[in-house]
Amino acid sequence: MFPVCADPSLLSGLDWFSCYLTTPKHLAFFESFGLVMLLIAVVAPVALAIGFAAAVASRSASPLLSLPGRGYIALARGVPDIVFFLFVPIALDQGFEYLRYLMICPDQPDGVWQGNNFLVCSAAKLPLSTAAPIWHSVYGFGLAVISFGLVFGAFAGNVLAGSFKAVPIAQIQTGASFGMTQSQIFRRILVPQMWVFALPGLSNLWQILIKATPLLFLLGLQDIVYWARELGSSKTSIYAYPHPDWRLYYFGFLLIFYLGLTAISEVAYKRIMARLSRGQATLAGSGKTGLRGGV
Amino acid sequence: MKSLLIAGLLTALSINIATADTVRMGTEGAYPPYNFINDKKEVDGFERHLGDELCKRANLTCVWVVNEWDSIIPNLLAGNYDTIIAGMSITDERDKVIDFTQAYYPPAPSFYVALDGANADLKSGVIAAQTGTIQAGHVAATGATLVEFATPDETIAAVRNGEADAVLADSDYLAPIIKESGGKLVQVGEVYLGDGIGLGVRETDTALKEKMNKAITSMKQDGSLNKLLVKWFGADVKTY
Repeated sequence: MFPVCADPSLLSGLDWFSCYLTTPKHLAFFESFGLVMLLIAVVAPVALAIGFAAAVASRSASPLLSLPGRGYIALARGVPDIVFFLFVPIALDQGFEYLRYLMICPDQPDGVWQGNNFLVCSAAKLPLSTAAPIWHSVYGFGLAVISFGLVFGAFAGNVLAGSFKAVPIAQIQTGASFGMTQSQIFRRILVPQMWVFALPGLSNLWQILIKATPLLFLLGLQDIVYWARELGSSKTSIYAYPHPDWRLYYFGFLLIFYLGLTAISEVAYKRIMARLSRGQATLAGSGKTGLRGGV
Repeated sequence: MKSLLIAGLLTALSINIATADTVRMGTEGAYPPYNFINDKKEVDGFERHLGDELCKRANLTCVWVVNEWDSIIPNLLAGNYDTIIAGMSITDERDKVIDFTQAYYPPAPSFYVALDGANADLKSGVIAAQTGTIQAGHVAATGATLVEFATPDETIAAVRNGEADAVLADSDYLAPIIKESGGKLVQVGEVYLGDGIGLGVRETDTALKEKMNKAITSMKQDGSLNKLLVKWFGADVKTY
């Protein structure tokens, strides 16, 4: 990075550390924090959209919609995360490659399953072997977003389905007596009022999502856990910056990062809750903090 | 809309027209001096230099891919990369699942390493080894208690902090660690395992295997492989 860092073996003390912490490997470590936050930022709306669709589908009168909605919510919530993350990305990857195989080279001589290999012709590979490394990362990240979206979408769906039911029936009856149609009641009364009931559950999910991001490591993406382990492991002098086992410090740093992220989220949650409670017929919406002065 | 998105995803990654013969080289990147990720974030080590030279001789374009050790064979079979070049010893058990080229690194001993003065019991003590290695298989067979770790570095950490009495790993991985431990770690035993190290390829990839075999033979004949071995493992290394 800096010219002084050209020969690390001559450095000591603070110089050594400032050179050590700016190696390209460390920069990759710092960038991977961005990757984790990007994942959270992308997964949260995706999961919320999937959850909303599932919740709406699950309360539909038609079994054609309600059965898939309820089935998805029950299934994805019932499978342990780690199993889900080991299974879904591989299944998606092979599914996509199989589709491309059907499109591009369906007459491949030995078929896709050759003994214990799953192999499509090189033109149907996803990404192509010739693609730049960045595409392999983007593809892996995409698979991660879909997997996280499906898991957290199911939990969000369950939370939203519950909060739809929590909206007071009198509100809906009032809407009906004004002559609103079903969809008007849904858009104007049900959805605006249900968020305040959904928020505690959703904020829980958000915290769990943050804490679940180290699962990226399982998907083979070089996330903060990968780099912390790689950088922290003891280094002999074959490396430019030899050092003993420093994993404790690197993992400690991750601990602080995650605690910081969840603490900030908690503050944001309180603000959103206050905003959504305004004017609601709930205790928080009344501006009081408790049932002071007796009931 | 949805099918449009899927079609987009499926075509977006086909932009690069497939040039012939790009070979993706799968390695672990955590096993110095065989392979490791240097401070410039590149794959480095004996196998990096060997692999680049083999690709040059076989006229292939090679790309390096880092993959965790314990899923390195499944991901080869799934086509995520085309070779394993990760200090993987040739064994009959692995040969049933994948194919190996001829060895590019001769059979070498594995060392037991323990804390100095710890008096480790190699027959019935607790021995650390990396998951899925021939050393792990050997420890399980000797009747000692095996503790497995995902990375080689964790096996050393286990000995240093007393979780394991000793570690069993390739001598060339352990030698620099012993040397730089300041006398804290010592070699307490040795055992010969495996038939040398070769490149792993899929059993269906006979063409690639032949190309690599030819390149290895040419490196053995002109002495360049021996030079690389001495450069990375020191003058005491066995050569061809």
